[in-house]
Amino acid sequence: MAHVAAIETGKAAAALMRRARKAGHGPKISAALLVAPLLLFVLIAFAAPIGSMLMRGVADPEVAPVLPRTLAALQGWNGTALPDEPAFAALVEDLRTARAAGTLPLAAGRLNHDTAGLRTTLVASGRRLAAPFEGSAREAVLRADAAWGNVETWGAIARARGPYTDFFLLAALDLKRDAAGTILPVAEEQAVFRIVFVRSFWIAGMVTVITLLAGYPLAALIATARPAVAAVLLFAVLLPFWTSLLVRTASWMVLLAREGVVNHALVALGIFGAPQQLLFNRFAVVIAMVHILLPFMVLPLYAVMRQIPPLHLRAAASLGAHPAAAFRRVWLPQTLPGIGAGCLMVFIQALGFYITPALLGGGADQMLPYFIGFYANQTVNWGLAAALSLILLAATVLIVGLYGRLVGFSAVRTS
Amino acid sequence: MRRSILAAAAAGLMLAAAPGATPAASRDLTIVSWGGAYQDAQRQVYFRPFSQATGVRFVEDNWDGGIGVLRTRMQSGNNTWDLVQVESEELLLGCEEGLFEKLDYSRIGGRDLYLPEAAHECGVGAILYNFVLAWDRTKFQGTPTWADFWNVERFPGKRGLRRGVKMNLEYALLADGVPANQVYATLRTDAGVERAFRMLDRLKPHIVWWQSSAQAPQILGAGEVLMTSSPNGRITNANRTERRDFGIQWAGSLYTIDSWVIMKGSPNTNDAYRFLNFASNPRVQAQLVPLIPYGGASKGANAGLSPELLAASPTNPANLSVSLMIDDQFWLDNLDKLSQRFNAWLAR
Amino acid sequence: MAAGSDTLVRFQGVEKSYDGVRFAVRHLDLDIARGEFLTLLGPSGSGKTTTLMMLAGFEQPTAGEILLEGRPIARLPPHKRGIGVVFQSYALFPHMTVGENVGFPLSVRGIGRAERDRRVARALDMVRLPDYGARRPSQLSGGQQQRVALARALVFEPPLVLLDEPLGALDKQLREEMQLEIRHIHERLGVTMVYVTHDQSEALTMSDRIAVFRDGAIRQLDTPQALYERPADAFVAGFVGENNRLAGRVAERDGDMAAIVLADGRRLWARRADAGAEGSPAILSVRPERIAVAAAAADDLGENALAATVAEVIYLGDHVRVRLSLADGAEITAKRPASAAMAGLVPGAAVAVAWQPEHAVAFAP
Repeated sequence: MAHVAAIETGKAAAALMRRARKAGHGPKISAALLVAPLLLFVLIAFAAPIGSMLMRGVADPEVAPVLPRTLAALQGWNGTALPDEPAFAALVEDLRTARAAGTLPLAAGRLNHDTAGLRTTLVASGRRLAAPFEGSAREAVLRADAAWGNVETWGAIARARGPYTDFFLLAALDLKRDAAGTILPVAEEQAVFRIVFVRSFWIAGMVTVITLLAGYPLAALIATARPAVAAVLLFAVLLPFWTSLLVRTASWMVLLAREGVVNHALVALGIFGAPQQLLFNRFAVVIAMVHILLPFMVLPLYAVMRQIPPLHLRAAASLGAHPAAAFRRVWLPQTLPGIGAGCLMVFIQALGFYITPALLGGGADQMLPYFIGFYANQTVNWGLAAALSLILLAATVLIVGLYGRLVGFSAVRTS
Repeated sequence: MRRSILAAAAAGLMLAAAPGATPAASRDLTIVSWGGAYQDAQRQVYFRPFSQATGVRFVEDNWDGGIGVLRTRMQSGNNTWDLVQVESEELLLGCEEGLFEKLDYSRIGGRDLYLPEAAHECGVGAILYNFVLAWDRTKFQGTPTWADFWNVERFPGKRGLRRGVKMNLEYALLADGVPANQVYATLRTDAGVERAFRMLDRLKPHIVWWQSSAQAPQILGAGEVLMTSSPNGRITNANRTERRDFGIQWAGSLYTIDSWVIMKGSPNTNDAYRFLNFASNPRVQAQLVPLIPYGGASKGANAGLSPELLAASPTNPANLSVSLMIDDQFWLDNLDKLSQRFNAWLAR
Repeated sequence: MAAGSDTLVRFQGVEKSYDGVRFAVRHLDLDIARGEFLTLLGPSGSGKTTTLMMLAGFEQPTAGEILLEGRPIARLPPHKRGIGVVFQSYALFPHMTVGENVGFPLSVRGIGRAERDRRVARALDMVRLPDYGARRPSQLSGGQQQRVALARALVFEPPLVLLDEPLGALDKQLREEMQLEIRHIHERLGVTMVYVTHDQSEALTMSDRIAVFRDGAIRQLDTPQALYERPADAFVAGFVGENNRLAGRVAERDGDMAAIVLADGRRLWARRADAGAEGSPAILSVRPERIAVAAAAADDLGENALAATVAEVIYLGDHVRVRLSLADGAEITAKRPASAAMAGLVPGAAVAVAWQPEHAVAFAP
């Protein structure tokens, strides 16, 4: 269209170009309208819930509406010594109002995530300070609960000022702030997440490598087999896709049980003298994850391998390359996009594994998602769960980005 | 008594997806419990007979627990639930937050009708159940205690414990000789927590951690562990339905109570009281025990049970008197911190 | 040029069967002379590619022996044979640059970078792609890719290069250009080339000798000219070049000549190829360009002439094709230089067609 327009002159050309633009944009707009419901669906069903979940990792809305006067009085407090009388008075006001409104437990629960015992401190103080008292608010408050004599108690309230906080993100990295706002590592006995991050990446990496080692020859076999054989093999690889993750995990429990098939076989073969515990350890987790994730490695590899002409190996041989050299220098490099795509898919999925380590792993085999689930369900600390999710997501995005830089997404071809 | 820890994550989604039924001026009494086989038994023993006796029509719903669910329902002004079965922790929190009606015990037979622990100002006990030491009688003769549970030198083999801090610290102290009535007092001191973790340290290499309560009888039956902690109901069920011969040690077991609460502002308060009154009858409660091994919370709920059922009933005085009630207040305050420590301990 | 000189490759009684029943190649004896350009020509399934693949080492003979430089190579894997192969689909490695592709056979032989670069540059020069070393194969046209493949097969200076329908994927003009180029490279390097094609004009253009394959056997092995002028049988005559066929019987034999009687009784003399004894059926074959067309009355025909009617005249610039109907309904085509075209050649005109007896060949059917 543009080419035609170029040889026209003046107004005629302008009109033509307008028409051309219209003609060009019409289908585009209608195409956009066609996908709009899908986009909307993705936005509502995918982006929005994730976004709102991640927001919880940095949002801190619970305390501000419950203790507004106290927070106002703590404005400018330096966190090194107990605050002055007005802060205590404001606290009494806030506790009375909140107790009447029944909102006190909301703030109490949030503060308890920060400092153990603050839940009771708040609720009990609310009860004890409900009746009028004589004299200074400071003394009355300290009488109500000795915890108010601790700077850190006030620090916890000041930290929970909201609306946004780094409290959960810091906690997810085994860090905390003191009352003065300095970032410190948490006590060693409380530090867990860095270990868990490293472990999650280690397990995911191990699973990826084993899956690659097992999946590569399998994919090569399928890609080079006769069509009938390839169809059967491909079906066998895809079969696990049609059973639920839970069932596949549970079947590993049956297989690896002390009185299970594997133990019986190993004892019968004389490899073990007596049945061994094969479950609830790293081995069980990794083997089950490899089994579950194998299709995600085999399929992209197969898709890439199928596109390599078998002639290439003949060509390499005719040029003097030993079969090993032909494989290494001609075949392997052409499967790199498949290796990249397969590893990426397996690694990212492995990072997110929850049920399999939960059911087959021991205490030290739990991965990050277990802790996300733990804080969401057990201690109802959604902020920390969200912060852990945020970090997991960030790590995943980082890996995908790195992959994009190093390999490039155009290289990810699936059949 | 949640159906599944793993399924609990779905609760939030279910809430979001729940159709926004508008609160009608008059609607049927809505009873909410844990679903599954348990609610089936409740329907048979409580809901249908109640409806037949009184002519009150009811509808059922089920949930997976979580104070946030109740909180959101009340805040949205869209609450359609009247009677809800809650765990002790939700009872405590919801009561503080004013989510539940304060109960008028004079309308439901007076406090004295119930076990003292089961008569809370916001809720009345529905069932009482225990977390017990269980073992396979075919592989272990005798009745092990928590001290034996910890004694892997004398009784070699793996031990099953729930992956979580709650209850395991109590077991550890009981095994270390702390009297049951001193357990929570000890845990409220730093030294007590240290002592409990030191005990766990000793056992750590021998522990198989289970996560969902269905796993406890499963690993016991599969011979993965010699003994395990477990909800008592799972063990009795395994004996009944899988012809297992599992033993239960009631001494040093921990118990908790699920309660019925009436949601604040329920338009069916009257019918709700009629239901609680019906359900408080010990003779009615006794009918639940053969179906599902949880104890009724009214005094005398065990009267007339066969010796076999009596042995498996948590509210059998012989069982209850040697059990320790879980201190929800302690765990509300300390679960965050001790969980963190437990996770860190476990991860190493 | 042919078999008399030094023999590089010898096939001795080579057979190949995939199922033990049917033969892809049956009892092949073939000598390939050092430095020659030999084409294996035949329709698909005739065994020519199988023969080439056995030579390259990708297929194993089920019987017989292949000798390279006098040594049997049955046990020698392809990568040790030192034979260059050019495939129809180029088989360039897409993850390597053009330079890396061409350098591949050198690097697997452990030749150092400097020497490698020098020889790669020379090979690319030879195929007239001197500045393409850094490009990817996917950035080249089909003809350029095939030149790269050729350079790659030549760069390690193999004594023997096999080309498996290398120009099959190219369009006609490019194909003709490449035919000459390959021919020139062959002349320049003196390398032995074995070339597989099903295109007879390509074979005629390029080869020193052509082996015509059919049903797993060589029907004729000869120079292009001999093949064209003296085809050994009806198949070769039909496969190489155009020919007109007239069915008849052998009436008389005289030395290497035979007289064929057509159905209408006309006698035509022809050189005898594999036509049988007197009275046996035969086919008389004559090339279109050998047929003379003259305006003549039907009763005024001489020896070796037939009456015909012009059915169609097609003007093709340098020549004219004349389609003619014979009295018995058979059709033949004559090809005349445009300059010699007669004024009377219009459809429907009665003409006489004739040829020299030595330009016709008599075959067994």
